[in-house]
Amino acid sequence: MSYNPFSLDGKITLITGASSGIGQATAIECSKMGAKVIITARNEERLNETFAQLEGDGHQKIIADLTIPEDLDRLIESIPQLDGLVNNAGVIKTLPLKFINEHDLINILNINTFTPVFLTQRCIKKKKFSKKASIVFSSSVGGVYKVSLGNSMYEMSKNAIDAFMRSAALELAHNGIRCNSVNPGMIETPLIHRGTYSEEDRRKDIEKYPLKKYGQPQEVAFGIIYLLSDASAWVTGTSLKIDGGVTL
Amino acid sequence: MELQEFIEKFAAQFDETDASAFTPETEFKALDEWSSLTALSIISMVDEEYEVLLKGNDIVNAETIDDLYQIVKSKR
Repeated sequence: MSYNPFSLDGKITLITGASSGIGQATAIECSKMGAKVIITARNEERLNETFAQLEGDGHQKIIADLTIPEDLDRLIESIPQLDGLVNNAGVIKTLPLKFINEHDLINILNINTFTPVFLTQRCIKKKKFSKKASIVFSSSVGGVYKVSLGNSMYEMSKNAIDAFMRSAALELAHNGIRCNSVNPGMIETPLIHRGTYSEEDRRKDIEKYPLKKYGQPQEVAFGIIYLLSDASAWVTGTSLKIDGGVTL
Repeated sequence: MELQEFIEKFAAQFDETDASAFTPETEFKALDEWSSLTALSIISMVDEEYEVLLKGNDIVNAETIDDLYQIVKSKR
């Protein structure tokens, strides 16, 4: 049986932040769905680990720090025309308001907001998108559907990228390019395993999820696959919650 | 780093609790004002002032302010 409206067969898809977490799972799952993936991240060793887990052939890996303009330009020069772009790279730092500082705020906005904006902008300008391309932003429920203590910097960065996604969806629609975001709740990734929260905090937090668990990276990757595939051909400007019901 | 100075910076993360309530023996998680936000503030203060990254479990494992002071000291 070969019927599969979610297939990514032959679709060339660039995925940022592919060395861990949601980006890594997305790269692997996309390759299993037939995509030719181009993965990028800053850490060579971990990016190689992702690359080794890709299925099929014709994939590409590019070490780059996309907050550096020269790296961004080099990436743009070395990629073919894209059927999909997953703007996924992201960071978090939990600090109560009175500890907000320029260094951390600029770093978070740089990686979570400015970089996906500039990557999208460069791809448009250099005509790197094929007809009917799909752009997916890894956003969050945080800052878009809910907020939590101490995460104001992260939440503003995600709210901003969500707003950009909708503006881009409107502006790029006439090119046939679709833009959407996935908005996960807590996912079991290195991003949340930095130890700021104790085991007890974690148990209490999981209680707030109607489905009584945190998400797995693959569960977000499947949402991204839907948005990359032709199954979502009439979907643009959507913020897709994948959150175990925590915002209900 | 000194214990007295640590206690003052610890106390500064509270708004309602009187400064006299903070001693090395204070069981800080029993204070009325203690909350998850205070815990985040303590972690942030220690990061900013002492360049030590406390874990949530360090807070769980400390009963008194002196316990936490010893943990911070050991991680410097």
